[in-house]
This record gives sequence, structure tokens and C-alpha cells, in this order.
Amino acid sequence: MKIHEYQAKEVLRRFGVVTPRGVPVFEVDQAVAAAESLGGKVWVVKAQIHAGGRGKGGGVKVAKSLDEVREFAKQIMGMQLVTHQTGPEGQKVRRLLIEEGADIRKEYYVAALTDRATQKVAMMASSEGGMDIEEVAHNTPEKIIKVFIDPLVGMTDAQGKELADGIGVPEASQAQAIDTFKKLYTCYMETDASLAEINPLILEGNGNIKALDAKFNFDSNALYRHEDIVAFRDLDEEDAAEIEASKFDLSYVSLDGNIGCLVNGAGLAMATMDVIKLYGAEPANFLDVGGGATTEKVTEAFKIMLRNPNVRGILVNIFGGIMRCDTIATGVVAAAREVHLTVPLVVRMKGTNEELGKQILADSGLPIISADSMADAAQKIVAAVAGH
Amino acid sequence: MSILINKDTKVITQGITGKTGQFHTRMCRDYANGANCFVAGVNPKKAGEDFEGIPIHATVAEAKAATGATVSVIYVPPPGAAAAIWEAVEADLDLVICITEGIPVRDMLMVRNKMKAKEAAGGKKTLLLGPNCPGLITPDEIKIGIMPGHIHKKGRIGVVSRSGTLTYEAVGQLSEIGLGQSSAVGIGGDPINGLKHIDVMRMFNDDPDTDAVIMIGEIGGPDEAEAAQWCKANMKKPIVGFIAGVTAPPGKRMGHAGALISGGADTADAKLAIMEECGFTVTRNPSEMAKLLKAKL
Repeated sequence: MKIHEYQAKEVLRRFGVVTPRGVPVFEVDQAVAAAESLGGKVWVVKAQIHAGGRGKGGGVKVAKSLDEVREFAKQIMGMQLVTHQTGPEGQKVRRLLIEEGADIRKEYYVAALTDRATQKVAMMASSEGGMDIEEVAHNTPEKIIKVFIDPLVGMTDAQGKELADGIGVPEASQAQAIDTFKKLYTCYMETDASLAEINPLILEGNGNIKALDAKFNFDSNALYRHEDIVAFRDLDEEDAAEIEASKFDLSYVSLDGNIGCLVNGAGLAMATMDVIKLYGAEPANFLDVGGGATTEKVTEAFKIMLRNPNVRGILVNIFGGIMRCDTIATGVVAAAREVHLTVPLVVRMKGTNEELGKQILADSGLPIISADSMADAAQKIVAAVAGH
Repeated sequence: MSILINKDTKVITQGITGKTGQFHTRMCRDYANGANCFVAGVNPKKAGEDFEGIPIHATVAEAKAATGATVSVIYVPPPGAAAAIWEAVEADLDLVICITEGIPVRDMLMVRNKMKAKEAAGGKKTLLLGPNCPGLITPDEIKIGIMPGHIHKKGRIGVVSRSGTLTYEAVGQLSEIGLGQSSAVGIGGDPINGLKHIDVMRMFNDDPDTDAVIMIGEIGGPDEAEAAQWCKANMKKPIVGFIAGVTAPPGKRMGHAGALISGGADTADAKLAIMEECGFTVTRNPSEMAKLLKAKL
């Protein structure tokens, strides 16, 4: 689960990380009052959307007067902000962060994430703050310093020093930097984050260290023990179909193609998408109905897929193991009837009671195309959608 | 022969009294020699009772002492699953198979590091399979986990995969063309897990009753590439490889917690390229896995 920058900074402050003072606003009219309450002469008006790259897209502006605050707030609030992470349609800005200006002497990068290979927590830092870290990793990998933290031990001072030295934090600010790294690590662990990134982490003119921007992802498996984090969820930032699917315990991801897929198991679901592509078409979604696919779940899955106006055909691929093929077939028939299916439907079923399942599909009187293998199914749906 | 388990393996079921545990314990007990293999269950609140004749003990250590079991399978719900793994490790079992899906990554991180610390201090090494996996099966001998037993056939092909249903797909294809399996192993879809592709490939390489292997991976993480490099230098048997997720967009989690493209080298294309370079017969068509393997025998 992702959260907004202003929420990320609130989480960081709970763990003692210093951030600029700021006020989130939901209406343009609140922006000037927010700036006044902060005081000072320079403010930053920042679009709050979950995607990165907001500055380049025109979603972050520095205001040198209250009039400018009002002006920029008006410009940014409600805009369709397009960044490299939003896709071409962009994301509508519904919240702003009004923040005090900062005196930036140097920008760094620091992040915590779980390293699969070592099964430790990796803390990464770089002297190249404020940039897209993937670009830094690609162009100048030597400028990324990594330490691996044993979660049984925690982050040591020596590891903090290695990072601070590695990215060139001046001597006078090292203690503060190391302290910030350790707090970020603690925050990462205690909130069950899967990514905690401060970019940039800045060195101010007076030598202080501050988190100027922050981004968090949280482990969705651990949200049950973090009510405070769940409260940060912003449904406006999530895909409507994915939200609907999660209510029925369906794992769904929207994609750009026109063939809907309904599959049991995540690996088989990905493989099904791949076979569709192999035969020249593109999948409209990833959809894993899981092990316990009831008639109700299959029906909901059909409804969610068909809400996508691009869908021109549906491929159902079920490996009936514990779940029997006749049960699945009954569910598919009921669902196709309930949604008054008008696009071609290809069903491939394997496993327990396969013949019985195929019989149920054939007897339904519905124009369901039956397939034997994944490749056969993909070829048939691609042909049907192309009108052959 | 087979890898990790056979008809003489004695198994403890942790979480035997839950709905999932009950259902799958019945299925496992009814498969091949299962009735002699599933010898104990664990539930501290129901110690002294039994599940359809399988005695329930308060702890894994007690179950092990009473039965001599060396393996456990875990169906405990996510909040308590990592603690269940640790209990089995502390009881010095040989192998723990964790079926549970949805365990917080931090819990797995802690228990994996505790396991490594125990080994480093000279303690017994317990192997972990999973979590979020279907388990493993040696056809006609024993099945530990949630896979449908009847699609398997005894034989000489090894199967290893992160995904449950994709393992079944490979097994189904093999059985259909008359190729049986020595063992089929699901290592699970989580980012922090126990046995990896490389570990299972090592075992298949050493197993005199495995002639060839189907290795199935998916997007995310370095494991398949690591296994491929090892195979290039060491594997004596033909391998067919498939990676799911060529069409998966970067940064999106595809069902499995570990199925997320996050760098550049963990895409399906990158992994397929490395596997091919390392001598695997790779395919982009998952319907062809068994057919390709047959051609290599």
C-alpha cells in the first residue's frame, strides 16, 4: 500500500526524523491560510499524488509571496498531473502540501528495503539526491552505497558511518545523518514497510539534515497490525477495478490489452497473459481467483473484467485440483448468464472431473468455446476477438 | 529414490485442527502411503485429543519425541505462521514445509535470520520449503501439501516452481505424455523464503532417479538467474525452463508477494536470456514444457 508524501513525513516524524513543517490542504482556499500559519517568506506548493516525478510534471512550485501560493495552488489543484509513473492520462490532483521553504546546500538519497538475496534489510544511500535513483543505479552505480542490516542486530553506528562517509556528509553533520539513517531503519521495520525512501535528504545551509521528500510502500500482508497506516489509504489514488476485486478476495491488476483473463493461481495467471501475447494479442488484466473459486467469486470476476470497456473477449483458464472442474463450469455458466455475456468466451479446464465440466459447458446452450491446452485456448480467443 | 521425502517420511501437521489443515490432512493421508506418514498434529489447546485417529500434541518437540517424525507441514494462519516455523526449527526437524500464504515479510525476515544464526552457532540445520507454496510430492509414495495427487505419475522427471498451479500445469503435461515425476517441488511465491531454485536443482542433480528437470520461475528477484549460473557449471541433466510474467508491467505486484519487477534484471525476458545462456532449453510457451523436455531425453 502506498501513501502520500505528507503522510510519509508524518510517519517519519513519529520516529524522530526531521522534516520541513507543512500543512496538507484539500481546497485551494485553504492554501494561503496554511502558508500564513507556517510563516516565513518562501513556501513550496506540492501536488500530492502517489506517483513520483511530480516536479518535472509541473506539480511542485516554489512561491515567494502569498499571492503566488494562491496562484500555484489554483494551478495545481485539480490538474491531471502526468509523470513517468502515471501513464499518459495522468492522475488528478486532489490534495496539496503547503510547506516551508528549505535552504538546500546539498541533496542526498537514502532508502531502506528488503534484500531478497541476502535476506537482510538493505540501506542504500547516494550523493546524487533529488534524482531518479534508477537512473543513478544505471549510469553511475559506484555512487550508490549499500549496507546490509541483520534484523536481529539492528543498524550499527559503524554502518551509519559507512553510509555517511560514502556519500560525503561533512564531518559536522555526520552525527545527525547517522541518527537519521538509524531512525529510518527503525521506522522501516516497525511500520512493516517494503520501501522507505527519503529523496532528497538535504543538508541545509546551517548544517542540519532534513527529509525534504519521502515515499513509503507497506507490506499488504502486515496491514492488519497497523491501523494507523491503513487510515492513510487514499482510494482516489487506486484503480477502481482493483479496489472492487479486493473486496471479493480476487487478485486483479488492470492492463492495456483487450482480452480479459480469469485464472486460478498467480503463476498460471501470468503464464496465461504471456500466451495471449505470444499469439499476437494483449491481456486486459491479471486476475487470480485463488484456490476457493465459488460461483459468486467467478461471477464477480466476470463483472469486474467486463467493466473494462476495452474487453473484447474472455479467456478462462482453470487448473482444477482441489477445486473440481464441474464446480468451475457451473460457476462460469451462471456468471455468463447473469452478466448477459456478449463477447466471445473461451474456457480451458484441466484436472479433476474435466469431462464433466466440459459437458456442463456444452449443455449450457451458451456460445462457449472449449479448449484443451493453454496454447489452444489463447489461439482460439485471439481468433475469436479478431472476428475469425 | 526422490528428493527430500519418501514413503517412509514421518510428518507432523502444525495447524491440523483448522479448516484448511483438516481438509488437506485428509487428502494427504489418503494419498499413497499417507496413512503411515502423517503421524501427529500440533495444537497446544487440544493436546491429548486426536484428529480422525492422528494424535494431537501440545508442541512440535513433544510430537517429535512421541513419533520420531522429522518433517512438519504448516497450515497455521499468517499471524502465527512464522512462530510455527521457528517452533519446528527449535525442535530440530529436518524439513519444515510452510503452506501458509500472506505471512508479513518482516516475520519471515526475522525467522530466516534466526535460522541462520542457529546454524552459524553450530545448531542443527533445518530446511524450510515455502512459505506460500503448494508443498512437495513424491508420486505414489507421499504428498505433503495442497497439490492434487491424482495428476501425478511416478517417474524420473523433477519439477520445481514458485507457482502452485503452474507446477500442476507442468506435471499434468508430463503425465499426459507418459513422463512420470521423481518429485515435484513448489518453493513458493514469497520474497523471503527457504529453499530456492538453486537448492532444489542441486538435489535433483544428485538424485540418481531424476533424469531431467522442468524449472519454472516468474518475475521478481534474483533466484532463477542464480540457479541458472549454478546449473551452467554443475548440472549434468537436461533442463527445460519457463518464466511467467513476460507481459507483467514493472512495479506492479502480480498476485504473489514476490512477483514484482523492481530493477532491470528481474524481468521475465532477462531471466529467460540468462537461462538460455546457461544451457537451458527455454520456452515462451508454457503449453510446450513437457513436449520440449521429452525431445531432450
